[in-house]
Amino acid sequence: MSRAQIMTGAICLAAVVALAFVPMIVDAYHLALAISLLQFTVLATAWGMFSGPTRYVSLATTAFFGVGAYTVAVLGEQLPWSLVLFIAAVIGAIMAVIVGLSTLRLSGVHFVIFTFGLAELVRQIVVWYEVNKTRVLGRYVFVDITQNDIYWQLLALAVIVFGTGWLIARSRFGFALQIIGEDETVARHCGINVTIAKVALFTISATFMTLVGAVMAPRFTYIEPSIAFNATISFEVVIMALLGGAHRLWGPALGAIPLTLLFDFLSARFPSTSTLIMGVVFLLIVYALPSGVVGLWEKLKAWRPSASKMRGAQA
Amino acid sequence: MTNAVLTGLVLGGMYALIAMGLTLQYGVARIMNLSYGEFLIGAAFASYWLFTGWALNPLAGLAFVIPVSFGISYLLYRVLLTPLVRRARTRDALEVDSILATFGMMFIVQGIMLTMFGGAYFSYSFLAIPVKIVGEVLALNRLIAFGLAVVVGLALYLTLTRTRIGTSIRAVAVDPIAAQLVAIDVTRTSALAFALGGALVASAGVLISMFLTFSATSGVVFTMKALIVVVMGGVGNLLGCLVAGLALGLSEALVATFIDPGLTLAVNFALFLGVLLVKPAGIFGRAQR
Repeated sequence: MSRAQIMTGAICLAAVVALAFVPMIVDAYHLALAISLLQFTVLATAWGMFSGPTRYVSLATTAFFGVGAYTVAVLGEQLPWSLVLFIAAVIGAIMAVIVGLSTLRLSGVHFVIFTFGLAELVRQIVVWYEVNKTRVLGRYVFVDITQNDIYWQLLALAVIVFGTGWLIARSRFGFALQIIGEDETVARHCGINVTIAKVALFTISATFMTLVGAVMAPRFTYIEPSIAFNATISFEVVIMALLGGAHRLWGPALGAIPLTLLFDFLSARFPSTSTLIMGVVFLLIVYALPSGVVGLWEKLKAWRPSASKMRGAQA
Repeated sequence: MTNAVLTGLVLGGMYALIAMGLTLQYGVARIMNLSYGEFLIGAAFASYWLFTGWALNPLAGLAFVIPVSFGISYLLYRVLLTPLVRRARTRDALEVDSILATFGMMFIVQGIMLTMFGGAYFSYSFLAIPVKIVGEVLALNRLIAFGLAVVVGLALYLTLTRTRIGTSIRAVAVDPIAAQLVAIDVTRTSALAFALGGALVASAGVLISMFLTFSATSGVVFTMKALIVVVMGGVGNLLGCLVAGLALGLSEALVATFIDPGLTLAVNFALFLGVLLVKPAGIFGRAQR
């Protein structure tokens, strides 16, 4: 390991330790804000993990988030917390495998259409099941989890997401994904099983989204399908990841932080027009920053060395 | 049973009409338009506004809504989407860009409608007269909507197959690069096809507003169904739209009657996946190159 890498690692570790003490210092409002920030950081990073290399736009974040939240609502009171989280993750993973296997073998359009409707589809099935079989629509979440616990769990999840992303990037699997992202036909000719790679990546990313939903569930206190499967989350996650730049691991987080603050501000100040403003922000990003802040940064960096070389030649 | 089939046919006819517009936008202009349903709801609101505010018959309102929506869609393509078409190096890149751009557009249009009309459900009563057909009672407005959908669909089919401009539209759908070799202005033809799609979805919106309740946020469902029908029928294929649309409408009506009205979307997706597992390019689609 080079010195720079050790330095980066040490800085990251220090940052995580510092972040872990945040709940002791700040008041309730800022803790809630910190929780939102972490929630969207994890969601956007998980989104970028799949959509960055494959360039498939997934609009299904809410579907997995909702499944996680709903699992907690159903099982939260009966089972120990860690087991509930585990079950939520398994359900999310199974759902991702099913969706992935049935759509990722086909072209990208099918995947987009399916993920576009997935949240609504799952919501409909949950409503149908609750109305006809269990006869309860809307559940209370009474679990012994404080705001601080939610914060620490999300922080742990964030560390795991970045760790997983880093490990994937260094592995053979990550190399295969890079080739798939560049050219799928080439990847297939190299002997990479493209479908399995894509489904595996989608499943990993979806499991993280499900876990975020499960961890966040105690915050809602009352959950019904329309709350758990709220389509805005999918939308916000895509726009955050795009602003940051989905092709780098730490890109989406860069977008998640400013936009979470912006949306928090907007929904407080302009509740009736926030949808409109969010749409405008989205279009601005798509047109003005197609490869995100990270892409802009890399462009600047690529431009700078040549400038310094010229200065060197003059001296 | 007969009632379910009749309802399904009417619904399927509407789906087919909606999907025809999208197949023009996606098959010819290569824009995967996720804000498509929003334009349908926009037209429904326009019709509502004309009917309640000006006492204008929705069918007469069509004469106003269609040209306006054609113009708006044309401008939209020229101003917002042409830069994306220029920027995209491959077809896949354009697909991703257009998905993202229209996804943003969806929230803008939805946001405008939410600020103007709020989140409530709207409907108006027009020609809600019961009519008897093969022993079953149906509302007259549904029948008229279905009849007009058939007329519009036929007109579109004839335009595409019998006229010069229609032929050039089909040529662009098949191969936008080769079309240039026979002196077809691809940008203009694409813009025309996109605008035509916008006009079609607006007319569908007016027809649907005569018999369904709608709200500012109900466009997404229509986008989803239109996408399913288009891909299931084979992108760019009008006959595919018709068959897939009718299949979707019928299956939905049958499930709603005999199993549970809350499972319509599940049926849609089941049908969608079932067809695509057998024929990945859609019922009438050609295999991808």
